[in-house]
Amino acid sequence: MSVTALTVARASGRRPRPRWYADPGRLGLLALLISAALCFLLPLYVMGLTSLKSMDEIRQGTLLSWPAHPTLAAWRAAWSGACTGVACEGVSAGFWNSVLIVVPSTLIAIALGALNGYVLACWRARGAQLLFALLMVGAFLPLQVMIYPLVRLLAPLHLVGTLPGIVLVHVIFSMPIMTLLFRNYYAALPRELFLAARLDGAGFARIFLRLMLPMSLPMLAVAAIMQATGVWNDYLLGLVFAGREHLPMTVQLNNLVNTTTGTRLYNIDMAATILTALVPLAIYVLSGRWFVRGIAAGALKG
Amino acid sequence: MKSILSRAHLALLPMAFTALVCYLGATLWSIRISLSSSRTFPVHDFVGLAQYRRLFANERWLHSLANLGVYGALFVLACLLLGFVLAVLIEREVRAAGALRVVFLYPYAMSFIATGLAWQWLLNPQFGIQEAVRRWGFPQFQFDWLVDQDRALYTIVIATVWQAAGLVMAILLAGMRGIDPDIWSAARLEGIPAWRLYVSVIVPMLAAPFATAALLLLTAVAKLYDAVVAMTQGGPGTASEVPAKFIMDHLFGRANVALASAGATVLVLTALAVLAPLFYARARAARLRA
Repeated sequence: MSVTALTVARASGRRPRPRWYADPGRLGLLALLISAALCFLLPLYVMGLTSLKSMDEIRQGTLLSWPAHPTLAAWRAAWSGACTGVACEGVSAGFWNSVLIVVPSTLIAIALGALNGYVLACWRARGAQLLFALLMVGAFLPLQVMIYPLVRLLAPLHLVGTLPGIVLVHVIFSMPIMTLLFRNYYAALPRELFLAARLDGAGFARIFLRLMLPMSLPMLAVAAIMQATGVWNDYLLGLVFAGREHLPMTVQLNNLVNTTTGTRLYNIDMAATILTALVPLAIYVLSGRWFVRGIAAGALKG
Repeated sequence: MKSILSRAHLALLPMAFTALVCYLGATLWSIRISLSSSRTFPVHDFVGLAQYRRLFANERWLHSLANLGVYGALFVLACLLLGFVLAVLIEREVRAAGALRVVFLYPYAMSFIATGLAWQWLLNPQFGIQEAVRRWGFPQFQFDWLVDQDRALYTIVIATVWQAAGLVMAILLAGMRGIDPDIWSAARLEGIPAWRLYVSVIVPMLAAPFATAALLLLTAVAKLYDAVVAMTQGGPGTASEVPAKFIMDHLFGRANVALASAGATVLVLTALAVLAPLFYARARAARLRA
């Protein structure tokens, strides 16, 4: 395209567009977007409605209508009374188990991810790049191929079915993404910073703790959001490694809904499902752009 | 200098342990077990490819593999298409972009278990969408895929597309930010219709983000397990069985470790065969750009 054409194009781009309500094209676009948004919101809306109804009302098949007598009884039952197998404690036990799993898994995984990223980006340690490549290939493999050997490896150490065991497994399987986040972040910093610190006589640990870590506060936040959400939403690892005493909320939820004998109580099921989804949803809504930034940082350079 | 470098090596120990022992070692061990006759516990004999022959004579496994192929194709294509349409619509209508982005991406924050249970309820033939539409005055309306042998798999596609389409949208929107806005006015000036611009110019420019999205989606396909467990437990019958579930059931439920390991090996090889060309293409594209 010629320079004049481009100038004209720029100029025409600046011309004020008609108001959105006077433009049928844009009106249609908006209508399309809003209906798509409603479709995306529908499952959450229906779950909420169902959780506020009595079972009698649910049996009438009025999926989308507002509850005649909204009640929080199902929420109370889901939190502390609903039965999974023999125990009738709702999903509250799973909630606290998940908290106990998520907090150390997040802290340790981030610390190791930052350390790995620092070594990979700043130090030219022999073999580090090869290890990293191996780590990244592992991230794309189905966990099923590694689970059984890991059970056999951790069982003699009495780590299967314990809190430290499930935390360790989460740290192992989140290492690729955590390392990738920090490696890319540190690699994008000007290398002069690192070299200047070296010239000043700062050592390996000092550069990491005093220079690199404080500079990576944004990435620490992104990593914490991703890791907390990911660990909270895990089902497979919790099922295999957490053991009866520490079953995370997702596993308890699935037991509550899918292995209950007798009549299904859909209002309690839906209340329990919302309760389980609430933590990652809250993280997502509160963190806003950081969540998206995590996706972009993890995806675009992977 | 030397001591500092060795400190760097020391710091790499957790990564070395993870990559060499937990990933590489465990994978190799699984392959080794798949060549043995292990049942509940691993035994160290060698039976050649006997487990693989059993595996590919197993109806349920073959069905699982076929299901994964159908699911994978539908899931990836639907996510890419829907994600692209949403990204384009949001890009054109800047008014409520922030709020809309939140709405389209929120399912991605939910676990597959919660997603599966939500859709299991929505698609419940007795009280779900089918019943609601019938009550609106369409008594013949039928939408009982969840309990339909031939269609149960599609319900899992629906639920997981709802969950992951927003991810594609977010990735593509990030990619679109790099496109010169002048291209729009230029196209308008030249009288090129908008759809033509999208198909011939925008989509090719988004090749890299599309590849990224496809990579993430395909990884999710190979790992598909939670959503199936939550929604259909592989049923009705074996209608929605998938390889990952076959492997888990034979590892822990049916105590057939060698057969499960053979299945895991096949799944990993399949995943590598599909993902490796994508990795290569992306790396090549990155080199060309540089």
